Order: sequence, then C-alpha cells, then structure tokens
Amino acid sequence: MTRDAALPIAVRQLTKSYGTVQVLDAVDLDVHRGEFLTLLGPSGSGKTTLLMMLAGFVRPDCGSITFGEREVIRLEPHKRDVGMVFQNYALFPHMDVAANIAFPLKLRGVDRVETAKRVEQALELVKLGGYGARRIDQLSGGQRQRIALARAIVFEPRILLMDEPLSALDKQLREHMQIELRQLHERLGMTTVYVTHDQREALTMSDRIAVIDQGRIRQIDTPKTIYERPNNRFVAEFIGESTFVKVDVTSSGCTFNGIPLSLAAQPPQTGPHHLMIRPERLAILQRDPADDVNVLPAIVTAAIYQGDSVLVHASLSDGTMVSVRASASSQAPLVGDHLNLGLNAADTYLLPPEEGVQ
Amino acid sequence: MSHVAGPNAYNLRRDALIERLALFSLTGPALLLVATVMLVPVGWLFWLSFLNDAGGLSPEHYLRMLSQPSYERAFRATFEISFTTTAICILLGYPLAYVLSQLPRRAANICMIAVMLPFWTSLLVRTYAWLVLLQRQGIINTWGIKLGLWDAPLALVHNLNGTLIGMVHIMLPFLVLPVYASMRAIDPDYLKAAANLGASPTRAFWLVFLPLSLPGLLAGALIVFILCLGFYVTPAVLGGGKITMVANRIATDIELFFNWGAASSLGVVLFILTVMILYVASRLVRLERLLGGGDA
Repeated sequence: MTRDAALPIAVRQLTKSYGTVQVLDAVDLDVHRGEFLTLLGPSGSGKTTLLMMLAGFVRPDCGSITFGEREVIRLEPHKRDVGMVFQNYALFPHMDVAANIAFPLKLRGVDRVETAKRVEQALELVKLGGYGARRIDQLSGGQRQRIALARAIVFEPRILLMDEPLSALDKQLREHMQIELRQLHERLGMTTVYVTHDQREALTMSDRIAVIDQGRIRQIDTPKTIYERPNNRFVAEFIGESTFVKVDVTSSGCTFNGIPLSLAAQPPQTGPHHLMIRPERLAILQRDPADDVNVLPAIVTAAIYQGDSVLVHASLSDGTMVSVRASASSQAPLVGDHLNLGLNAADTYLLPPEEGVQ
Repeated sequence: MSHVAGPNAYNLRRDALIERLALFSLTGPALLLVATVMLVPVGWLFWLSFLNDAGGLSPEHYLRMLSQPSYERAFRATFEISFTTTAICILLGYPLAYVLSQLPRRAANICMIAVMLPFWTSLLVRTYAWLVLLQRQGIINTWGIKLGLWDAPLALVHNLNGTLIGMVHIMLPFLVLPVYASMRAIDPDYLKAAANLGASPTRAFWLVFLPLSLPGLLAGALIVFILCLGFYVTPAVLGGGKITMVANRIATDIELFFNWGAASSLGVVLFILTVMILYVASRLVRLERLLGGGDA
C-alpha cells in the first residue's frame, strides 16, 4: 500500500438533527490523502455521529461526503470499502481469529491460499503471528484490539476509521498502543479518521486534530497549534489545563491589573482580552528574572504533591487562581507563601476576542 | 481444600458453611413437593409397569409394545406430529422473533404481550375455540365458501390438520421467547462490522446473525418438541379420535381397559426417549458453545 493509493475525504455541509437536537451543524471537513486526522470532542459533541456517517451507518439530513472523486453519501455501508475499528471491537464470537480476519476476504472472493497468506501477514503486522486458531474469548483486551485492527486493514481499504479503539484498555497498554497505531499508520499510509475524547491521545497520534463541540468544528489544525494557539476559549479549555487572566490591551501595550506585560505579539485589536496561562509555562522565580520575563506576584493557596511534581495553586493580585508545577525535588512552597511567578514573553498568548464572551 | 490455620480460620470457615446451608434450605419446600408428588408416583408407575395382571414380576407390557403394531403407530405418530409442529413453529416463529428483535424496545414489548396473550386463557378454551373456527360449519369454512375461495367445506379439523393447527398455535410462544431473547442479545455492532467488511444484509444474516441466534433457536425448538411429545388435549379434541399420540393411548389404556401396567410402561418408554433426546440435544448445544456461539 502506498500513500498514493490512500483517498482524501471531503465533507461538505453535513447536517443531522434528532428532533430539536442538532447533532451536526453543516460540518465542512477535509481529510488529506494519507493523513491521520483525529476528531476530538466531549461526549455528545457529534464526533462519533460524523464517523458513523463516513462509514454509512447514520443517514445525514443533508450534505455531501466524497472519497476521492466519488460521492458516497447515499452508498450503503457494505459498498464503501472503508476499514473500521469499533469501540468494542465487534469481533464475531462464533469465529476464531483467522476466520474473523478472513471474513472481508471471503466476501471479496479471495481464494483460499491467498486468504491464508494475507491473514497471516495481517497477524504478523499486529504482532500476533500464530494466533489464528485462537477463540475470541481466549484473547485479552489488547489482543482483541489488535485483531480488530488486523481485520479492518486486511482487505487494504484506502480509508481507515477508528471509534475510540483504545478506550477499553488500561492506561499503560493504551499509551503503548498509541505509539504502535501511529507507527502502523506510517507504514500503511491509509487515510485515517480517529475518534477520541482523550486529548493526550489526540495530541500524541494525530497529523491534525479537529476539535468538535455541539456539532460544529471549533478548530482544525496541527496538535502544536491547537495546544499553543487555540482559536477560542472552548478549545483552550478542552485541551490541556489552562487559566485565563483578564488583561487590557491599549495601543501602547498590555497591562494586567496595572502591571505592564511584554507580549510575544501585539494583538490587532485593543480592549479587554484573555491571556491564556498553562501551568507548565509558569515558573516560580527564585531571583531577579531576565528582561523578557513577566513577573506576576501571587499567594499560595494549596500545594498538592503529585509524585513527579508539586501542583501549586496560587491567587494572583486580582484574585484569579492559577496553577503552576514546581519540581518535587525543590523546597515545596507552603500555603500563604508569597511568590513571584514568571511568564516568558514568548509564552504569552492572547485568545482572540469572541462575541458574547467576557 | 487446604485448611488454613490462621486466626479465626475455623469460625470463618463455619460461617461460610452456614451461609451455604441457609441458601440451600430455600430449595427445601420445592424439593419436598417434587419428591412427594413427582418422584413417588413416577417410581410407583415404574414399578407397576413391570407387574402383570396377576401381580407377578414380568416384562409383558413392554413385550406387548413390541408385538402390537398399534403401539408402534402411536409412537411414530407422536414423533411425526411433534417434529412437524416444531418445524412449523420454527418457520413461523423465527421471522416473527427477528422482526420483534429489530423493533424499538417499547414497540417490541407491546408486540411481545400480543405473543404472550394466548397464555392468559386456558389451553382447553383455546382448543375448543379452534374447533368452533375450523369445523365444517365453522367460521373459516362458512366465509371461505361465501367468498368463493373454495366450494366444499375443507376438512380442517378432526384430523391431522386440526391437530397441527392447534398445537402450533399453543407452542409458538415457547419458540418465540427464547429465540427473541437470543436475538436481542446480539450486539448490533456485529452486523455493522459485517456490513463494514463488505457483507450485504443477506450475507450478514447468514454469516453472522443466524449463527449467533442458533443457540436460542435450538433451545426453543427443543422446548417445543418435548412439550409436544406429551401432548394430550389438543390431539384428543382436534384430532377427532383419528390421531393417537402416546398420551392419548395412555388415557385409553387407563379409562377403557383400566390397565395401569400398560399405561405405565408407555409412560416409562416415552420418558426414557425424552431424556435421550434431551441428552443428545444438550451435547449439540455444548458443541455450539465450543464453536464460540452462545453467550458472547
């Protein structure tokens, strides 16, 4: 399978409502050839509905879906030729592992010898060579996940869909499988649409992330941009921990509660803005800082030991609560301590002002 | 079981035993009832079947069963009718259960009540109702002739037709219930997965849905078949004396000839045959499990 064989997906004006509930609101989405795109959103955001429409299991009210040049919006699921990994794997319990993986090949009239060869190849690919004769109920969760993946790719679909495939696995296995899935994608190069509500998973695996909320795509971009330069408050709050500090932007600069701040870039508009602060970008200053570091005085309200670090909650001069991570090895701050928090000018990011949001 | 000798080990073990005994004692009343009204009479009948008219021990009732062709006919009729009834129940019940299983749960529950409705009236009433409907001057024949569908009254009752119609009607819910339950238990994602992998709805049915619903179908068919083997009222009323199943033969032996020994031996043979069928069927179902069907 080469990257050229992968198909791009174009979604236009895709709309679905159940009664008065708008599940998808005229969604436009482009998935590039061979791209790993993640649909990320809270439960009920419409991300799974969108994936089910790509697979053909949910009929939209209107809109268009094309795979490459082909319009598929009215095409039945069994004619779409896309691989899919289900959340609960949906491995057929009355067939052994080999029969499960051979199922799509059997339906495509692949002969016995070729089928056996490709089943074994698929098993090797997911590192379960020789597991063909096992029964499904003899497999662990992680093994089922791999078999489901093998079954979804054995017929070399040009598009692969995955619906929270790792959500049933424990944390360690999940993180391991994230890397493995990503490597497999690099090898096979099929256009992949991945649904998850786990932001870390999305950041780890994706070429691009589409953040969905209430049936609309709120932002679609690379993990780095989504994390560092969110378009709006929803994305900023959904991905990573963040606090927002009210700042005033004038033509001459930016101030926070009377303290002048140096910014990475002067925003185009003046007026009140929200400065996004991530805990890991704040530092507890021990001595006088460099010129391009903004100093924010704060009082410690709580210090929580978390093993690898100490999470410090502190109150800024205007009463805004921020969190900052302190190294667990250094002298931990105590409640009531006065601190100077440092924020590099390069790490400042002002959210674009949103209508109706203060 | 190794006996641990830590602190309180003895008392903890005793508590566990008492708990288990207390739980078991709940079965006491039922056990007692079964023992008195079932095991004792059955055992007595079993004993009777080996006694001849003079009261001596002899296998004459069993030998008569082998020598008299009328007995063989009764057994043959019993198995043929039971088999046919089961087959018709499967043909009617499986598609019905399928439709029910695809309905939204609320609608399915309402339809299920309709399926169960016959259980709320007495079997005897239902059987006589069929007699009214099916006889020569009955509603079906009257309307059929009036509408010009057929000219002379059809022989719908007092024969095999009537017996089968009545038995299928009574047995259908026993098939639909387990089949419906096993179909409901099939995760819809299996069918989605089948479609996603390229199976048309027809092939998804044959390759995925049918195999997964098979344990329920087998259980339902078995219940129907075994209940049919012992049927008495329906063949007696709707068969018009022409249909003699084993149960009818037993009744005749007792009522007409007052021959308890002959009746008992018939009961014993039917009982043994039923147990053998159950055994074979349970092996079949276990085989099904082994292949991965059933509870998944």
